[in-house]
Amino acid sequence: MRATGLGKQVNTGNIHLTILRDVSFDVEPGEAVAILGASGSGKSTLLGLLAGLDQPTSGSVSIAGTDLFALDENGRAKLRAERVGFVFQSFQLLPAFTALENVMLPLELAGISAARAKAGAMLTHVGLAQRLAHYPKQLSGGEQQRVAIARAFVNEPELLFADEPTGNLDAATGAQIIDLMFDLNHERGTTLVLVTHDQAISQRCGRQLRLVAGCLQDTG
Amino acid sequence: MMRLGKESALALRLLWRDFRAGELKLLIVAVLIAVGSLTTVGFFTSRVQLALTQQSNQLLGADLTIVSDRPFGAELAEEARRRGLSVTRALRFPSMVMHGADNLLSDVKAVADGYPLRGEVRLADRLFGEERVVHEVPAAGSAWVDDRMMTRLGIRAGDVLQLGQIKLRVAALLTQEPDSVIGFINSAPRLLMNEADIAASGLIQTGSRVRYRLYLAGDTAVIDEYRLWAQSRIVAGQNIEGIRDARPEIRSALDRAERFLGLAALLSVVLSAVAIALATRRFLLRHLDGCAVMRCLGARQAVIVRLYVVHFVLLGAAASAAGCGIGYGAQLALASMLEGLLAIALPWPGFLPAWQGLAAGVLLLLGFALPPLVSLGQVPLMRVLRRDLGVPGGAGLLSYTLGLAVICGLVIWKAQDLRLGFFVLGGFLAASLLSLIVVATVLRVLSHLRTEGNFSWRYGVANLRRRALGNTIQIVALALGIMALLTLTLIRGDLLQSWKATLRPDTPNRFVINIQEDQVEALAVFFSTKGMPKPVLAPMVRGRLVAVNGQAVSSANYTEDRAKRLIDREFNLSWAEKTPPDSRIDSGSWWRENDTQFDQLSVEDGIAQTLGLRLGDRLTYEVAGNRIEATITSLRKVDWDSFRVNFFVITPPRLLQGSPVSYITSFYVPQGQVETLNELVREFPNLVMIDVAQIMTQVQKMMDQVSTAVQFVFLFTLVAGLVVLYAAIASTTDEREYEAAIMRTLGASRRQIAATQFAEFALTGALAGALAAAGASGLGYVLATNVLNVPYLGNTWIWVIGIGAGSAGIALAGMLGTRHVLAVPPLQSLRRIA
Repeated sequence: MRATGLGKQVNTGNIHLTILRDVSFDVEPGEAVAILGASGSGKSTLLGLLAGLDQPTSGSVSIAGTDLFALDENGRAKLRAERVGFVFQSFQLLPAFTALENVMLPLELAGISAARAKAGAMLTHVGLAQRLAHYPKQLSGGEQQRVAIARAFVNEPELLFADEPTGNLDAATGAQIIDLMFDLNHERGTTLVLVTHDQAISQRCGRQLRLVAGCLQDTG
Repeated sequence: MMRLGKESALALRLLWRDFRAGELKLLIVAVLIAVGSLTTVGFFTSRVQLALTQQSNQLLGADLTIVSDRPFGAELAEEARRRGLSVTRALRFPSMVMHGADNLLSDVKAVADGYPLRGEVRLADRLFGEERVVHEVPAAGSAWVDDRMMTRLGIRAGDVLQLGQIKLRVAALLTQEPDSVIGFINSAPRLLMNEADIAASGLIQTGSRVRYRLYLAGDTAVIDEYRLWAQSRIVAGQNIEGIRDARPEIRSALDRAERFLGLAALLSVVLSAVAIALATRRFLLRHLDGCAVMRCLGARQAVIVRLYVVHFVLLGAAASAAGCGIGYGAQLALASMLEGLLAIALPWPGFLPAWQGLAAGVLLLLGFALPPLVSLGQVPLMRVLRRDLGVPGGAGLLSYTLGLAVICGLVIWKAQDLRLGFFVLGGFLAASLLSLIVVATVLRVLSHLRTEGNFSWRYGVANLRRRALGNTIQIVALALGIMALLTLTLIRGDLLQSWKATLRPDTPNRFVINIQEDQVEALAVFFSTKGMPKPVLAPMVRGRLVAVNGQAVSSANYTEDRAKRLIDREFNLSWAEKTPPDSRIDSGSWWRENDTQFDQLSVEDGIAQTLGLRLGDRLTYEVAGNRIEATITSLRKVDWDSFRVNFFVITPPRLLQGSPVSYITSFYVPQGQVETLNELVREFPNLVMIDVAQIMTQVQKMMDQVSTAVQFVFLFTLVAGLVVLYAAIASTTDEREYEAAIMRTLGASRRQIAATQFAEFALTGALAGALAAAGASGLGYVLATNVLNVPYLGNTWIWVIGIGAGSAGIALAGMLGTRHVLAVPPLQSLRRIA
């Protein structure tokens, strides 16, 4: 994945707010990269742009050689469905779907067959074999994040974006979740881009990037 | 006081800000519809009421009239003159009017000098010509005719018409006359003539249906005294009508119309109330943060509640005022749809309906918005720190007591009757509950199917199931609107078709009445020379029911309108040897030939029920001054739809012998032989011929007109249903946006999400349409079997159109309502909502 000269400005009335300024970096296949930064430094905006969830003001992102913003909205959605997985701080599970259905969702969106069996196997893999038919509100925070991780890995993405995945969990549960995520990452050779403000978690990634007021500082 | 002023000013500012931010749109529209539909009906009926009150003596043509089905003796008029009252008279009867080869059944009124004593007669020289008021009656030998007669006979002033045995010159076009305000089906084109020509016309004969009317006018006190005096002198078959009870038939028709339209309008009010409750909840969720901050800044709970109450009273008053404006505009349309049915100039409506609309609008808004709003005052201060705090649960049904009381009050007020009010409320509640159960069950079944089928369908169903209560209410609301329109369009047509299908092709299409005894032979000859089958003539003797089992009866003994009418008027009695072909003996037995006991009666079971008559009852009829007594020995069921001559009461031949008799017949004339009928009328000018097909066309035209007006009122219901849909969509917008964002993040295309929403809305519409089709078909079945007595054939189009139009319409409306969900970048949605 390559980000080149990414910039994001927001206009509110007469005020022009610069959130990201000329951000460029590469991520190699299989690499794990942490993006660190204080609140408001633009971490989540950067992650959103890398995944094509929003449009940059300037610059480009390419994933496996495809220029993300040369595609239209549906093209980017297709690319996400085929190559990208997500883990969010607040889990973002669909409340009307069971754990199993939540995990089936990316498979169904990508038109992959045997979604039910694959999703079931993935949930078993993350230790939720007994929880397939439970709705999100019937699960603990840790369990919900496990479902989210299962959902992120189920379509075997080449690239995984994680946005503060332990932000809403206590320390012990958070540690388990991070272990699970890194285990899966190693096991499947996924490229990982992780946004966090936790120094300890970032240390588990091969490389750390620091955002300060929208500018990138490579800390190696 | 100052504090209150400041608070009101603040409430006004808050109102303006909310209005600017578009937070109040749905609440405003809901109130507009509720008040609009209530005041449309309110303004319209108020105009008709006012017209009846202001123009009552004009409607009567006098201050007091006495109607009679026989000529008046001299006493009534002489006494009136003695008391210094002005007196005049008129008589009215149906007759054929001929012009060249054409003839027309018309409503003839012959008036004496002085007519009318109140109100005015207007004439014109030609159609659409300039009107003038006249103060005399038509000169002897001339007639004034209305526009219908001019158009149908193609005549103009100066032409000569044949009426019975005389010729009358058309002197002018009659454009307005008092005591003729309602253009109902039984009023044929009018011919106004001088009473002096009646004798020469030879039209008043045995069995003629003549109504005599005495007009009186003068000082109010004298009129009142005269009325008291006359009350004890009038006999059966005579009625006194004063200004207060002028045109009772119009008043009771208006009462029924007001009741029906009022209740129809209430359907939109109920749906608007649902929309208000839904929209308020969204308003509440959006104002929780603001209220928490206000409380942090020192506002007390009571102050916050007061602020919002003032806010909503102002909002309710403003929206209701605008709703009154809509109602005022819409009643103009309603009045023009019913044009022709009411030949009466409608005055401007009073202010009362507007005040009622305002009160209903404000109370409705407060009733359904206040309970959730009270929780705004109770928002916990900690919400400023933790946003998940203080989100109130759904307000329970109990908290809507005020709102429900407002609805109940409105229903009882509009029903004008406590029992009917409770009946309507109960029916509505039962229908809603049943619908809720059906929809909830269908959603449950569908949710079990959710794992099968494609993704969009599955997710659409999941959405429906998740918001089950809200969606069920939405579906029921929409179903009510669709059902009302289906019933008035498809079911109405079906019932008419079903009824027409029961008629045989040779069903008689002409009735001829007034055939005199000495014409029977000549008529038979006429038919045979024309090569037409000999008509079956039935004798007809007019008689009044005066006693049952020796007890004198009068209309005062009965409560039902129909029974009163039957007692007040003369019955048509007939005699027969054998049971008529369209009759079936239900109980008792028909007389045998040469039965020595001839004081027997066979009574139609419907009329027996209306008058409370039983087998074995002994009835006394007054026939031409003689009393005839007989016992009911059989009750008959009559198939009136055969269009053959039938009678309520039949006797053995000997009982009525010697009584004045005329004959009646009905027959079928093929379209090509209409010329023969013209000859018949020329040869027998006193005969009155009734064209059944023409009457049916008129009935249908009137039904069309009335149902267009009712449809118009129900249009508010459909719009209210759509507002419920929008309110429900608006209350779930954030959720929808959030889910769409997650799905797009996980790779869903816009098309996939749009298809999901389409599935959800199309399913909502299909369910509403199916429910509406079921309701409309059920109603059609009840009407067909219980009211019209025709087999209900059912109509698959009801289902096709109900479900098809329901799902297409709701899908379109829903997609429009949620189109912005797809327009926002996913990151933005996730951030804003999470």
